Amino acid sequence: MHIVVCMKQVPDSAQIRVHPVTNTIMRQGVPTIINPYDLFAIEEALRLRQKFGGAVTILTMGPPSAEDSLRKALTFGADRAVLLTDRFFAGADTLATTYALATAIRKIGVEFGPPNIVFTGKQTIDGDTAQVGPGVAKRLGLMQLTYVSHIDNVDLEAGTIDVERRSEGGVQKLRSKMPCLISILEGVNEMRIGSLSDALTAARANIIKWSAQDAGVEDITKCGLRGSPTIVKRVFAPKPRAEKAEFIELGDKPGDAFVDELFKRRPKLEAELGQLTRGY
Amino acid sequence: MNDKAKAPAPAGRAAAKKELPEHLKAYKHVWVFIEQERGQAHPVSWELMGAGRILADKLGVNLAAVVVGARNEATQAVVRESFNYGADLAYLVADDILTDYRNESYTKAMTDLVNAYQPEILLLGATILGRDLAGSVATTLLTGLTADCTELDVDAEGSLAATRPTFGGSLLCTIFTLNYRPQMATVRPRVMPMPERVEKPIGRVIEHPLGMVEDDIVTKVLSFLPDRDSTKSNLAFADVVVAGGLGLGSPENFQLIRQLASAIGAEFGCSRPLVQKGWVSSDRQIGQTGKTIRPKLYIAAGISGAIQHRVGVEGADYIVAINTDKNAPIFDFAHVGIVADAVRLLPALTEAFSKRLSPHQRDRLAS
Repeated sequence: MHIVVCMKQVPDSAQIRVHPVTNTIMRQGVPTIINPYDLFAIEEALRLRQKFGGAVTILTMGPPSAEDSLRKALTFGADRAVLLTDRFFAGADTLATTYALATAIRKIGVEFGPPNIVFTGKQTIDGDTAQVGPGVAKRLGLMQLTYVSHIDNVDLEAGTIDVERRSEGGVQKLRSKMPCLISILEGVNEMRIGSLSDALTAARANIIKWSAQDAGVEDITKCGLRGSPTIVKRVFAPKPRAEKAEFIELGDKPGDAFVDELFKRRPKLEAELGQLTRGY
Repeated sequence: MNDKAKAPAPAGRAAAKKELPEHLKAYKHVWVFIEQERGQAHPVSWELMGAGRILADKLGVNLAAVVVGARNEATQAVVRESFNYGADLAYLVADDILTDYRNESYTKAMTDLVNAYQPEILLLGATILGRDLAGSVATTLLTGLTADCTELDVDAEGSLAATRPTFGGSLLCTIFTLNYRPQMATVRPRVMPMPERVEKPIGRVIEHPLGMVEDDIVTKVLSFLPDRDSTKSNLAFADVVVAGGLGLGSPENFQLIRQLASAIGAEFGCSRPLVQKGWVSSDRQIGQTGKTIRPKLYIAAGISGAIQHRVGVEGADYIVAINTDKNAPIFDFAHVGIVADAVRLLPALTEAFSKRLSPHQRDRLAS
């Protein structure tokens, strides 16, 4: 069984700061991490490999420094890592990203055997779109299984896969066919701690680096900024509200003081809260 | 250059030019995908009809509702209802194999409709179903898709200006899809206000065949297990919400939020870091990547108020913020601010509210 996991190296959003004067993002010194949602995809892939044998290939598109995250992914026990890196990929929106990733997955298929499953995380924490998984599936003609919470059964002989998928208001149990793309929900497994031998292997491992040409990109105009139908015209900080919060001092009986102040300012709330608490 | 890039496509891709390519100028009107499962329309669809109405009026074009579902009375009812929320016309793909949402069949229904009737703007709810569908449709049509918009507008040239938070929610950006059609965007539930429902007669309904049979669809639905009501969080629709953030200091202190919520009949929630740390389950997250809330009263304790959080709570009527840092961004959009340690203040609030709202106390006040 061959499994490809699409992973992204992202800035640790908790540590991004906005310059107070220029309102621009201060990227310097912001540490990068593996997109947290992707860890669940990596773990799920490793579990399937444990069960069925085969190999796990991690794929990422990004700057040369994304090698750090790939090496980290190898410490968990993945078999190989491919870094898609080229200035032609810079500035890609989700559509251009899916073109590059789909091209690279085809190439991975040629080099290392076609994947049975391509995994992605639910979304990334920097873009938050959840659009790349479906786009890759569409471009490669893979069955699309998003928001998967559990893989019930894999029948390699029949080529079928049964999954539980979160849907609006419930859980869908689906039977589909491989090859498929699965975006995995967060919190459905617990990431392993890599073994010492995997860590040692990862430190020495050769990260496969592909340029657009290496990956087999035929039309460079479909990559990066040029291949992106969406254009970001303006980035700005939100307008502060005209009035700031009115600060209230609560004194030495803060609970009662707060309730008094709140109901004084919003008299209707007392009756409304009274209604809500009836029956408690 | 590749020749394929220059050839006219049914929708979307063309050489990168400043002006809209000739074959895409025919794309007109605003469409809203009406999300429904088992005859139950998702409220986000009506919220989008409100936003779509404003765009259509600015552009001087029609607003169309797009309904995809089983061929039955429930689907018809959704079509009729779309006119009560302002549709000028509706497109309908009705087939019993569309009873359950599946990516293959719904993507085909939507892309066929777009190619046949050519809308300039297509809006979908940023729900589980909407995201699964929008990504497939946009990639099939090779057009631009902007996720989780918090504001939609048209610029002087009539292009859709879609604004969304970026960089993990610390800034906003406005995104255009200038040279491709349709311009697609998703919006999360409760971000746009619910428009007024006005009873209207059913208008023009254009039916389009699915052009697919069950055997064409690979993925089969084995079963559907609806969530038990008791496990659902009603956060998005709650009248009162209490939420906690990193200022609580430890996962154990989150119970102070639950206790206050219980004392005042509120739903409880949290900011994103608490979900990422595993302190609270993700269905309780409030903000850009969690739930958007519109309560009458929102109490935020120990939440700094990054844009990520702010865009999820701005629809609240009244926001009370408790934070130790008087310069925290939450005080820029809260109505009332208290500079205090939430961990110490919350038990006092719970006690004071319980006292004031207890039946005994109410009876005494009434007499």
